[in-house]
Amino acid sequence: MYRIIESNFIAPEVKQFEVEAPRVAEHWQAGQFIILRVDDDGERIPLTVAAADRDSGVITLFVQGIGKTTRLLNRKKSGDFIADVAGPLGKPSEIERYGTAVVVGGGVGTAIAYPVVAALSAAGNRVIAIVGGRSSEYVLLEPELEATGAEVVACTDDGSYGRPGFVTEALKDVISSRDVSIVFAAGPVPMMKAVADVTRPHEIKTIASLNPIMVDGTGMCGGCRVDVGGNTLFACVDGPEFDAHLVDFPLLARRNQAYHDIEQRRLEDFEAECRVEAS
Amino acid sequence: MSEPLTKRERMKLDRVEMIERDPEERASSFAEVNLGYTAEMAKLEAMRCLECAKPKCVAGCPVGIEIDKFIRLVADGEIGAAAEVIQRDNLLPAICGRVCPQENQCEGDCVLAKKERPIAIGHLERYVADYVRSEGFEHVAASAERTGKSVAIIGSGPAGLACAGDLIQSGHEVTVYEALHEPGGVLVYGIPEFRLPKDIVKAEIAGLEELGVRFETNAIVGRTYTLDELMAGNDAVFIGVGAGLPRFLEVPGENLIGVYSANEFLTRVNLMKAYLDGNDTPVLDVQGKRVVVFGGGNTAMDAARTAQRLGAGDVRVLYRRTEAEMPARREEVRHAREEGIIFDFLVSPTELHGEDGLLTGLTVQKMELGEPDDSGRRRPQPIAGELERFDTDLAVVAIGNGPNPLLLSTCPELERTRWGTIAVDEATGRTSMPGVFAGGDIVTGGATVILAMGAGRRAATSIEDWLADAVWELETEPEPVEA
Ligand SMILES: Cc1cc2nc3c(=O)[nH]c(=O)nc-3n(C[C@H](O)[C@H](O)[C@H](O)COP(=O)(O)OP(=O)(O)OC[C@H]3O[C@@H](n4cnc5c(N)ncnc54)[C@H](O)[C@@H]3O)c2cc1C
Ligand SMILES: Cc1cc2nc3c(=O)[nH]c(=O)nc-3n(C[C@H](O)[C@H](O)[C@H](O)COP(=O)(O)OP(=O)(O)OC[C@H]3O[C@@H](n4cnc5c(N)ncnc54)[C@H](O)[C@@H]3O)c2cc1C
Ligand code: SF4
Ligand code: FES
Repeated sequence: MYRIIESNFIAPEVKQFEVEAPRVAEHWQAGQFIILRVDDDGERIPLTVAAADRDSGVITLFVQGIGKTTRLLNRKKSGDFIADVAGPLGKPSEIERYGTAVVVGGGVGTAIAYPVVAALSAAGNRVIAIVGGRSSEYVLLEPELEATGAEVVACTDDGSYGRPGFVTEALKDVISSRDVSIVFAAGPVPMMKAVADVTRPHEIKTIASLNPIMVDGTGMCGGCRVDVGGNTLFACVDGPEFDAHLVDFPLLARRNQAYHDIEQRRLEDFEAECRVEAS
Repeated sequence: MSEPLTKRERMKLDRVEMIERDPEERASSFAEVNLGYTAEMAKLEAMRCLECAKPKCVAGCPVGIEIDKFIRLVADGEIGAAAEVIQRDNLLPAICGRVCPQENQCEGDCVLAKKERPIAIGHLERYVADYVRSEGFEHVAASAERTGKSVAIIGSGPAGLACAGDLIQSGHEVTVYEALHEPGGVLVYGIPEFRLPKDIVKAEIAGLEELGVRFETNAIVGRTYTLDELMAGNDAVFIGVGAGLPRFLEVPGENLIGVYSANEFLTRVNLMKAYLDGNDTPVLDVQGKRVVVFGGGNTAMDAARTAQRLGAGDVRVLYRRTEAEMPARREEVRHAREEGIIFDFLVSPTELHGEDGLLTGLTVQKMELGEPDDSGRRRPQPIAGELERFDTDLAVVAIGNGPNPLLLSTCPELERTRWGTIAVDEATGRTSMPGVFAGGDIVTGGATVILAMGAGRRAATSIEDWLADAVWELETEPEPVEA
């Protein structure tokens, strides 16, 4: 059992968790994730570790409630327990001194991008973090990103905050005015694909943090397989970060819908249960 | 007491088969298929044993259980004593009695096998193990004297469990590190409930815990801990991480939704209990659908029978050789047939077809058998131009597993074979790194429960020597072991 030390909603349906997981905190590096099970009947879901404190043994997670498991998790409060936390999994991000690095985060992808921004800044890069959300309340972690020393460009689809429009528009501006060595992208699949399409003609090395459906996270099931440059790779052990110019994004988007109908029914049942409990 | 039967009389008796659940009932139930022997049946079967002077069954058993002795005790009704005999050589008899390929081992070598009526050694082993468990199984207490030495075991499959069992008895401190949230290895994530009830595995693990073995789950060595850390914190390390890397067919269309590795399909259903209501892990709906399974081993049988139980309309096993070459236990093949699984031999898929990302069908190549290959089995060869296309909704790839590189990639010092398995001195399980031992599927490639268990125990013996004299001598240079 893993204790939740603290938890707070930071945006609609997005919750920040501080969880006691000393073994994970000890070895974690930026880019790695955990797999957790909320309770004994629960499924195993992957979540990025946004930060880890070795001294206190606490890891930070940001969870967007989109389905039954993430909503169930988001109902947990400080002092509650999570049944299983396994990790850190996946390969760490390749952090080097690249020069100027752009990190693009969309929605909860900003939480996935946050540790990369922090690590790139610490390694002496000039980092520009372009973070997007539907509207102002969905722009995450702006102060935290600024605290790493990064320059932050916030964008909203509806123009309610920061720069109006998609993150890719902001990215195009940055590329045209600065000498960008590398771009990292984390967020919804269409966003990552759009980022890859923007950087491809400029031949700027671009890394995407992929989010396929996973089970074990140890390379045992192959459920997380993705196509990168015509090769089938397992995102949980070979990734989750890959060369965005080689990733077959439509395949990833399609595979992430594999259980859509089942998940939708489970979510509806769960919400109905919650309503009964609340009344 | 009745008069003992003469040899001739015994040879006339028929082999007593276990009671089995009705095929129709079991095609939709995950309850165990085999229901075991009654006391009467066990005795009858045990009485058939000829008590050979040089029992061939014992020689055929990979761990040398004194089969003739335990069978004699069953015939005499001394089940507790029979259990003691078995346990001297086999720590997991309730499991092995259920899953060992007896027809290739003890029963295959039994003198009565020539008459196609070998003693049902597996059934008897299972009976004895279940009997003592239901009577409130007493684990032999660990030696009171603690040695103060500690051993880390990586992986909780049969190899790790057996190694842990022996070492805890000798008074060492033993911690088993398991990547998943539940210990047991393939016994819990691969082999289905209807063949090996998970309560049996749980009881074995609980027994080891009672003896003092610590299990640390969610611990992925290579990630959560490094091998170096475990070496620094312990006097020896045993690696029993299994062969957990699923092979795919490498044909077009393999990433369509509807194509599973057997590991994924079985893990979703067994470990994650997708077949039970109230569990959150989904598995693709197979109700009334057409399912194909590629492969001819136990894994393929398990996948096919699992799909059937989830309500599939039509389940086909496609194997590229013939029935004679199928590596699956014979009983599993028979059970699969009884449950309505269809077998297509001498076919190999060349392409999987889909629409909108979903699997809809496949093309198979007809094969014929050619010359024998390295494994001695005749090699399948394509018959030019003979292709067939048909529809399917789900495909499960059960063509074997390779060694999982997760841990190995973090310790390049550990010598590997050309198959990617860990190179060891076979007799001792010693690797190229002093203090590090290995055994089970990570050394042999996908094999069997009993071989993994035997390797775990051989390593335990060798670990004892190492703890006593700290001499790292290999009888043979770590050599590639044939997979
Ligand atoms: C390496 C990795 C890191 C991740 N990090 C985070 C994180 O830090 N914070 C966070 O909130 N989420 C993260 N995710 C995504 C998260 O795992 C999924 O949102 C979660 O599994 C959904 O579970 P659910 O039962 O709540 O929703 P479900 O009911 O399973 O899914 C709801 C809908 O979301 C889509 N979906 C399903 N699985 C995924 C998936 N793995 N990725 C994207 N969409 C999916 C499907 O369209 C589905 O219909 C990460 C995923 C990966 C692979
Ligand atoms: C579906 C299926 C059916 C089978 N049926 C039969 C049968 O009927 N009869 C038979 O004799 N054999 C059968 N086998 C084969 C048999 O199960 C294996 O040979 C045996 O389990 C191997 O044991 P092991 O201890 O070497 O490894 P495993 O049982 O594979 O256990 C290894 C364990 O190590 C863990 N692990 C892996 N990497 C790490 C790491 N880095 N850190 C921590 N833990 C790790 C894994 O999660 C796993 O739990 C079957 C196999 C399968 C897949
Ligand atoms: S070989 Fe067969 S008949 Fe002979 S002792 Fe063994 S089980 Fe009995
Ligand atoms: S999640 Fe199972 S192999 Fe990656």
